[in-house]
Amino acid sequence: MRRYRRPLGPTWWLTQRAYFLFMLRELTSVFIAAYLALLLLGVYRLSLGREAYEAYLQLLATPGMLFFHVVALIAALFHTLTWFDVLPKVLVVRFGERRLPGAIVAGVNYVAWVVVSAVIAWILLRG
Amino acid sequence: MPEPTMTLEILRYRPERDRAPSIQPYEIPYRADWVVLDAINYVKDNLDGTLSYRWSCRMGVCGSCGMMINGVAKLSCATFLKDYYPAPVRVEPLAHFPVERDLVIVMDDFMEKLGRIRPWIIRGDEQPLSEGEYRQTPAQLATYKQFSMCINCMLCYSACPVYGLEPGFLGPAAIALAQRYNLDSRDQGSGQRALILTSQHGIWDCTLVGECTSVCPAQVDPAGAIQQAKLASTLDWYFSVLLPWG
Ligand code: SF4
Ligand code: FES
Repeated sequence: MRRYRRPLGPTWWLTQRAYFLFMLRELTSVFIAAYLALLLLGVYRLSLGREAYEAYLQLLATPGMLFFHVVALIAALFHTLTWFDVLPKVLVVRFGERRLPGAIVAGVNYVAWVVVSAVIAWILLRG
Repeated sequence: MPEPTMTLEILRYRPERDRAPSIQPYEIPYRADWVVLDAINYVKDNLDGTLSYRWSCRMGVCGSCGMMINGVAKLSCATFLKDYYPAPVRVEPLAHFPVERDLVIVMDDFMEKLGRIRPWIIRGDEQPLSEGEYRQTPAQLATYKQFSMCINCMLCYSACPVYGLEPGFLGPAAIALAQRYNLDSRDQGSGQRALILTSQHGIWDCTLVGECTSVCPAQVDPAGAIQQAKLASTLDWYFSVLLPWG
């Protein structure tokens, strides 16, 4: 008997909110990659000498670049938070028959985030 | 007062006469305590006896009544009309599977995959009968119990776009079942299953969309099972590289 197959169309990720959020998460990697490329460019310009580096800094200060950095920051935050929330799925901590609630496992990420951010802020702002 | 009614839009496919499926609307009485399956049964009994679909238990344990309800994979016996009324409800066969007839899908692929991961207790060394049964503590049972609750409803496959795009993907329920046996203290077959889990279209096809877990009616958390299998497989690999005897 003839069976009917329904192939997935190219817009499948628009059909449900969860799929859309997934695609958004995957898309964030583009911004993170672009940011890294920009960072590498900075290192390269630094190797070319002071003038080249200053020109690079000036480029960074343009409105377009500032806008890009804001978007990249939001993308990085979104991406990171999704990873934070994956941890309880991956890491199962058990005490006998009981499993440590996922919120606590994920919470460790958030605490570590705050602590590391505080340390970095302290290093940068102390002098 | 006339009885309230609502519309059920059901996908029909009769391979002997239809080239492609079409949507057929049915006007059904609305009852607040009806689930979608009740409404489909009403159609079959009163409006159109040719409608084909699967169901059995009517209580969320047999796993045979899975359908796409307004585009979301659900058990039709556990989905109430009142959550949609008065808007029409669209009922389609489970996504990503070939359609046999109307709401009936072909599940051969799923059955083959379930068998492929060797879902039974594999022993390297069989202990003699005189030593009695393989015993297990409640804590050992707890490590895999969640993954053993699967009712094979295939909702997770219909929710998984990776499976939709790549039908070769081993898929959520099969991987969760493999993980169920791998975590069982009586089992010694994880080496055999690793070959299947890490093969092409095994666990690494998963991009963690996470919808399998959202739609699972048995709280199996197949997405969690897959990520845990990825972690276990990665650790295995590191140990085999770092420890010459590993
Ligand atoms: S894992 Fe959940 S959704 Fe998938 S087949 Fe089993 S019970 Fe159904
Ligand atoms: S009829 Fe058995 S799960 Fe719905």
